[in-house]
Amino acid sequence: MSEAQEAPRMPDECGVPDGMAFMHPALKKNYGNWDYHDRPQVGVLHHVAKDGSEVWTVKAGTQRQMDVYTIRKLCDIADELAGGHVRFTTRSNIEYMVESAAEVEPLIARLESEGFPVGGTGNSVSMISHTQGWLHCDIPGTDASGVVKSLMDAMYHEFKHEEMPNRVKITTSCCQINCGGQGDIAINIQHTKPPIINHDLVSNMCERPAVVARCPVAAIRPALVNGKATLEVDEKKCICCGACFPPCPPMQINDPVNSKIAIWVGGKHSSTRSKPSFHKLVAAGIPNNAPRWPEATEIVLKILAAYKEGGKPWERMNEWIDRIGWPRFFEVTGLPFTKFHIEDWRGGRSTLNASSHVHL
Amino acid sequence: MKSLLGQLEHSYETRKGYWKGGTVGVRGYGAGVIPRFSEVADKYKESAEFHTLRIMPPAGMHYDTGTLRKMCDVWEKYGSGLIAFHGQSGDIMFQGCSTENVQPAFDELNEMGFDLGGAGAGVRTSMSCVGASRCEHSCYDEGKAMRMVINNMLDDMHRPSLPYKFKAKFSGCANDCVNASHRSDFAVLGTWADDIKVDQAKIQEKVAEMGRKAFNDQVVNMCPTRALSLNDDDTLDIDNESCVRCMHCINVCTKAMSPGDEKGVTILMGGKRTLKIGDLMGTVVVPFHKMEDEDDYEWLVELSENVLDFFAENALEHERTGEMIERIGLVNFLEGIDIEVDPNMVSHPRTSSYVRMDGWDEEVEKWNARKGAAAAE
Repeated sequence: MSEAQEAPRMPDECGVPDGMAFMHPALKKNYGNWDYHDRPQVGVLHHVAKDGSEVWTVKAGTQRQMDVYTIRKLCDIADELAGGHVRFTTRSNIEYMVESAAEVEPLIARLESEGFPVGGTGNSVSMISHTQGWLHCDIPGTDASGVVKSLMDAMYHEFKHEEMPNRVKITTSCCQINCGGQGDIAINIQHTKPPIINHDLVSNMCERPAVVARCPVAAIRPALVNGKATLEVDEKKCICCGACFPPCPPMQINDPVNSKIAIWVGGKHSSTRSKPSFHKLVAAGIPNNAPRWPEATEIVLKILAAYKEGGKPWERMNEWIDRIGWPRFFEVTGLPFTKFHIEDWRGGRSTLNASSHVHL
Repeated sequence: MKSLLGQLEHSYETRKGYWKGGTVGVRGYGAGVIPRFSEVADKYKESAEFHTLRIMPPAGMHYDTGTLRKMCDVWEKYGSGLIAFHGQSGDIMFQGCSTENVQPAFDELNEMGFDLGGAGAGVRTSMSCVGASRCEHSCYDEGKAMRMVINNMLDDMHRPSLPYKFKAKFSGCANDCVNASHRSDFAVLGTWADDIKVDQAKIQEKVAEMGRKAFNDQVVNMCPTRALSLNDDDTLDIDNESCVRCMHCINVCTKAMSPGDEKGVTILMGGKRTLKIGDLMGTVVVPFHKMEDEDDYEWLVELSENVLDFFAENALEHERTGEMIERIGLVNFLEGIDIEVDPNMVSHPRTSSYVRMDGWDEEVEKWNARKGAAAAE
């Protein structure tokens, strides 16, 4: 009996661990005391501390979603060639730190031979920040890792070379909530048809007032179908955003054919030079074509090629477009400009051109 | 794993997802586990339950291999063996756990010193950039600030009862490597108040290396406030009063230029992505606060607490901080968290004359009193 009455283990609410406990000793020693850095080659950062100590960082791509064998392999590399420490970037690249230039080449050779491409620094195309998709999300319109694999295969050269005007941050998202975030290029699912409702399940599975409140355009209202309390959608008002689907799974928004892909450009998080900006719609109606998404990939490559060709050094995607103007953007990328590119919500008028500045 | 790939293949063939949520957690906490039950479990039995544990990484995402190997061992024992470094909020995602194994897996990770992250309508896992550990641009101790702020909000992370999610992120400079401005309700960005530092001899070297035209094109002419000008002797003329600390010239001239000595933070609030009224940028709420001593870090913790309390009390259900600010107006929000208005908070003053100006004189007096006090210091 005494065993049964033993209090269950309660969590140790320890919070965020201190990075110091896990940090490479050279980083710890020079914490807050760095002087400058340069990039001796693609994929390598060289940081020099105020006391003259140096650290070389080798950056490699990972698949983010890793099995334990891959992680152990990455650990073996760190143990053998980088003092047993690593760090990850926000874009799921792995970084190895070493304290002499001579240790850089063997590390690169080993990473490359194990299949981890070295690159992603400076004005390259770094790893795509992405989501979970079909692998694990409960509301996905497409896959995440698969799309990223297809795209990064096509952009392998751009990950391994610094040939872009400035860094390129690409994101993918498997619904319009856009967990992948803003990007120089964002490849996102865009639903094009209202949800298909299973009226038999709504009253059991959904908190109806909460679903009504979730709709951005007040298109959802309570209804009675076959004697059952349910919800209905005013299909003329519906903007097909899918916001009702997470709180109410019987309002299925994902559709093998009508959930399309849209591509957005010019999102920028930093306040470097220009202020942060949101990405803007440039292409839509692209098929969600698993397993390799060739149509979406082709458009991304087209945009990248135009930016690479036309951007001036240090111009991010949005800054390049600000300079050349949208008419030229659509011209050099060959993408069509349609009425859907023009913002039509209440605050949208501020996005219209209110000047005689035109690009001819 | 075999079964998971079977279900994934099924998704590829039918172009639909087959996971649904539910309620799975660990003792003492109300969030941090993402429940996933398969809708096609009859076909793919092993993926019937495939829950995720969100675990908060060390600040700066530093690891030693011993820790990573231990995590692998735990996940081989209790989970699918699939781990993501890292999710978009910054969690280590231990993916693929049966309901039964969630508690023992968490217990072992917790014994290692790791804690569950956020999910649902609560404080979410945070991120700080590499910062002081390996970056000369670092303007404060990002990891320390992040841990102090977040570890003070653990109750609202682990027992979520906020109107909606609340995210804070910490970048050491305007380059914002953790995407705080867009992706968080409370974005802390490093900056400085005094003059930018410049080593003129190294500027001359840089001009020689790049060529004068390239230096003008890529450094001088890209300054957003036209604060730079190249002197005839190839030194740099800097109008520090016009500098907005955007980092561009420092990024190009890493050896010749660096942030000033009076380091601190600018804080933006209310950034978020689409749901429900569309994307919102964070807005400047604190133009500058120095980050020198312990008191400054305590100030930051207190500010974050005030903002979170105000959000908890005033936001509507499923409303983010930015949406609340948009609904009630920035001024009401500022009054709620006891911060004075500042011209750095706006792109420009109002353009609409449709406003009641009751109390104009009192507001002018307040401004003059504040300016007078600042001048006396």
